[in-house]
Amino acid sequence: MSSFRSAVITFPGSNCDRDMAVAIEDVCGGPVHRVWHGDATLPEGLDFIALPGGFSYGDYLRSGAMAARSPVMRAVVEAAARGVTVLGVCNGFQVLTEAGLLPGALMRNAGIRFVCRDVALTVANAHSRFTSDYSEGQRITIPVAHHDGNYFADDATLDRLEGEGLVAFRYAEDVNGSSRNIAGVLNAAGNVLGMMPHPERMIEPAHGGSDGRALFTSVVRGLVAA
Amino acid sequence: MSKSTKVRVYVSLKNGVLDPQGRAIHHAIEGLGFSGVQDVRAGRLIELEVDESVTDAALDEMAAKLLANQVIENYRIERVAA
Repeated sequence: MSSFRSAVITFPGSNCDRDMAVAIEDVCGGPVHRVWHGDATLPEGLDFIALPGGFSYGDYLRSGAMAARSPVMRAVVEAAARGVTVLGVCNGFQVLTEAGLLPGALMRNAGIRFVCRDVALTVANAHSRFTSDYSEGQRITIPVAHHDGNYFADDATLDRLEGEGLVAFRYAEDVNGSSRNIAGVLNAAGNVLGMMPHPERMIEPAHGGSDGRALFTSVVRGLVAA
Repeated sequence: MSKSTKVRVYVSLKNGVLDPQGRAIHHAIEGLGFSGVQDVRAGRLIELEVDESVTDAALDEMAAKLLANQVIENYRIERVAA
């Protein structure tokens, strides 16, 4: 295959952008372009765009709210509309919901506290371009580290997400009060995924596990198949 | 310099949306020994100083596009008399 072209967006306050870039480079291959939030354009011919975790703009107003209105996000929204694969992790998930690329919102954890630990997830949909290297119902361990990870959407939206198979991952137990234990959701077209857990932190045994690796191999496999 | 007016935008969680911060504040109030408080909901007040030329429609758009997340929040806009 031709080389995998990806970009990791860095907002002021992003702090998982390097981890994300290292994971993509390791699993998917390079080049991984690093793009600053103030850039109005993205590199040409991208296969994959990742929005990393962190505390963009200090979580001012609402987590992800300011970043979602930054110049680069207009380009990300356009790329997503063209079908480019877009992943948002943690703060990146919050940015995707604030930008309207994914339904719902991420509220303060129901238990008020910041949660930072490994959690068990189940793969709810193993047919997406992000999850095809997992099996349906597979239990995996991925760390979370967030204060605002409590996924909320109205019942009609939740029913639609579940009915259309757009829930990608669920927490195996209640972690933060999320509606129906949703940990990650896809957009209707299936090319945008947002998730609170950090797959880029579980890439090799030295991380304590490598359950996150299959997400990145799935993305590469999806492009080869396309 | 054109005359400015003060605008207050009140952002509050929609009914039915669980408010963990409000609940924690409620517990803290009770912890201080106050009784009789039945519920607490936390919101946000945003004050703007705007030119007279800024229309109600523009203020509404600001609130809808940025100041409130309408998935979970409602907003109310109030122009403050000078």
